[in-house]
Amino acid sequence: MALLEVTDLSIQFGGLKAVDNFNLTIDEHELVGLIGPNGAGKTTVFNMLTGVYLPTEGDIKIDGESIVGKKPYEIVRCGAARTFQNIRLFKDLSVLDNIKIAYHHELNYSTFEGIFRLPRYWKDEKTAHENCLAFLDIFDMGDYASIQAKNLPYGKQRKLEIARALATKPKILMLDEPAAGMNPKETHELMDTIQLIRDKFDIAILLIEHDMHLVMGICERIVVLDYGKIIAKGTPEETRNNPDVIKVYLGE
Amino acid sequence: MNKNTIKSYLVNFLAVIIIFALMKLLMNIGIINRYYQGIIVFILINIILAASLNLATGFLGQLTLGHAGFMAAGAYVSASTAIMIKANFGWLPNIAILLISLIIAGIISAIVGVAIGIPALRLRGDYLAIITLGFGEVIRVIINNIRFTGGAQGLTGIPRISTFDNVFWITVLIVFILYTLTHSRQGRAIVSIREDEVAAEAVGVKTTRFKVMGFAIAASFAGIGGGLYAHYIAFLDPNTFNFMRSVEILVIVVLGGMGSLTGSIIAAIVLTILPEALRSFADYRLLLYSFLLIIMMIFRPAGLLGTSEFSWKSIYDRYKYRKESIIKREKA
Amino acid sequence: MILFLQQMINGLSVGSIYALIALGYTMVYGIIKLINFAHGEIMMAGAYFAFLIAITTNLPFPLVLVFSMIMAAILGMFTEYIAYKPLRNAPRISALITAIGVSFFLQNLALVIFKANPKIMPELIVKKPISIGALKIGTVTLTTLVLSIIFMIILDIFVKKTKPGKAMRAVSEDKEAAMLMGINVDRTISITFAIGSALGALGGVLYSITYTQVFPTMGVMPGLKAFVAAVLGGIGLIPGAVLGGFVIGMIETVSKAYISSQWSDAIVFGLLIIVLLFKPTGILGKNEKEKV
Repeated sequence: MALLEVTDLSIQFGGLKAVDNFNLTIDEHELVGLIGPNGAGKTTVFNMLTGVYLPTEGDIKIDGESIVGKKPYEIVRCGAARTFQNIRLFKDLSVLDNIKIAYHHELNYSTFEGIFRLPRYWKDEKTAHENCLAFLDIFDMGDYASIQAKNLPYGKQRKLEIARALATKPKILMLDEPAAGMNPKETHELMDTIQLIRDKFDIAILLIEHDMHLVMGICERIVVLDYGKIIAKGTPEETRNNPDVIKVYLGE
Repeated sequence: MNKNTIKSYLVNFLAVIIIFALMKLLMNIGIINRYYQGIIVFILINIILAASLNLATGFLGQLTLGHAGFMAAGAYVSASTAIMIKANFGWLPNIAILLISLIIAGIISAIVGVAIGIPALRLRGDYLAIITLGFGEVIRVIINNIRFTGGAQGLTGIPRISTFDNVFWITVLIVFILYTLTHSRQGRAIVSIREDEVAAEAVGVKTTRFKVMGFAIAASFAGIGGGLYAHYIAFLDPNTFNFMRSVEILVIVVLGGMGSLTGSIIAAIVLTILPEALRSFADYRLLLYSFLLIIMMIFRPAGLLGTSEFSWKSIYDRYKYRKESIIKREKA
Repeated sequence: MILFLQQMINGLSVGSIYALIALGYTMVYGIIKLINFAHGEIMMAGAYFAFLIAITTNLPFPLVLVFSMIMAAILGMFTEYIAYKPLRNAPRISALITAIGVSFFLQNLALVIFKANPKIMPELIVKKPISIGALKIGTVTLTTLVLSIIFMIILDIFVKKTKPGKAMRAVSEDKEAAMLMGINVDRTISITFAIGSALGALGGVLYSITYTQVFPTMGVMPGLKAFVAAVLGGIGLIPGAVLGGFVIGMIETVSKAYISSQWSDAIVFGLLIIVLLFKPTGILGKNEKEKV
């Protein structure tokens, strides 16, 4: 059974069909790229997959369980985490707290236990603190733990957002244009981070990206979207040579 | 539980006891007379109101302009509960009557908070502020016009059972609860909503639940503050709880710093004493007060403490840092 | 039936005053996203200006009106310059608190200068009822209605046809973009405050003539209700403020006449709550979804 199974997904805004009959399956540990020109409906697909928008038609299943109609936070619990095109961090909080908030579900003490500082509070907080620090270390960001997120350099902010998404322990990670606004060096670092995720975490990744170099370099499979419709699917090699894709990207 | 945390808990607890003992001493030898004692009690009640509003506005990020409405609900519930208990179970000690009344007031105010919060919290920013303003005014008009509350004539015969002692310790307890709550996993979830609601949802924070929870707790404590107020002055006039009262509480929160409980405490002290201290200016008192308010906002737009908390450690650290930098400079 | 019509006309008249004040709230909100709590006090100040001019000079009503509007406009620009401009890049709530401070300040200033007891507004408009069939309309009611409508039309033309009016719309749409297009944002904001304050003063003068008195806290309740009107119609939208003002005026008058004058405030605020719950951006407002 596929990890993510999207069937006949469509959404309509007013009279406009922003996404039309979108189908996609992603298996465990797979890295799939979703590309297409501006306004093709890529982010709209993401927003449906993560519960921000309710699709007009179609079904989305994670591990066989339909997530259509669920709230974004419920979908996170089903195992899908995401990042945003325009980075959305908890800017005034420390890097560590950003991770801790995503780690919320691993802490079990009740409000009452928290307020009156009962033993379970101390135990849970201690493990959370250690685990989140260790988690930051994986991404080589341990040194930044106590810095306010807004004071990180741009590339690190992206990295933190990805790390935060991973802290929710997802089965599938969805990255919305992670290389947007990055210089070549930062993009390179991002590729390393994605490689790191593939090595250390046993999860699938769905990637929206403009940067062809990045997509062609790391994705196993690519789906090309234009005007809300899938126009091509296949390996990087196949898509690169697909005449429809060339037409969309280079014009006739 | 590491040593530093224990130490800071102990230091703070000790400081509270010392403040309390000092106040008691000054009262006993007459330096703090009844008039000053009244001001201190009002400061404490304002601390409760401001700290609780800070939870909703500073930590949760939901601008509220109807806090006086919750205060009113709590004041009237607590007052009438106490009147009832006094009539039927007069043999109960005052402190028991007070606690029972306050707990009931807290619960009812929380229920009112949830009832208002569930629909209202779907709105954002200014719209939430306006809808809470509307609710606050509606509560006031209702109180003004029903018989149970004594209507516009006010409610009299309320047992005078708030004393400096019990108000002090209830304030300490409430501030403690708000502090530990905001520094727990629930508190982090609440703050994440302020920071970015969409992102909070995207990392699994049940936003609706925590919004309603924060709002309800804030309403509940405002109700308790209202109850203490009712039992201190023993008379309730519905127009005490008008829109201006809500604004006064908000001013304390913003001036102290949104998301800083210690800031709220300091601002509550300053802003309660200020109008009293300006009494010698007679007619110019409120003019001066509002002038100072504008000046303070222009020069400290993020409030006195911003979002950070006052702590002895940070003062010590700053002192140490300065000393070190002086030494460094001298060496160079 | 006649009585009902009479009430409707009263409602329209009260509503037009709310609408005038609401315009100031909405224009300022539209341009700098500030709920200008001091606007009710500008309205009060306008009424006092008219009062002062009327008791010290023999000027005719139109001139009294124009002078008090100009003075209020200057006061509005002055408060913006002193109190809000320094906070333009501060958190929005700080500006809100400052506005509350300004409101307190003006109120207490009036209290110090004029004392708390109400002053009787001279009879600037000769009061006599005009009969249309069985319907009797007071001259004050009629003047209020006519003047409000005239000024609303002038405002509409100003905003749509003139250069500063267009600049105003541009700034409220996107401040940075307007700046890049060479619009003087500071001046545009100043103009907005001036116009809003002048309209507020007009409302204040008409209000004080209707109720024949002027007092320091007279701006509070009408200010709050005009603000409710602005939100009800859709804050930031000029037609919204007018619509909201008339709706609030009508509902208030009708509920005072047929339900209960004590409950009329609760009915007005209750209506606001219900509208916001179903249409969070007001009657004419567009629902905007946050872009993710």
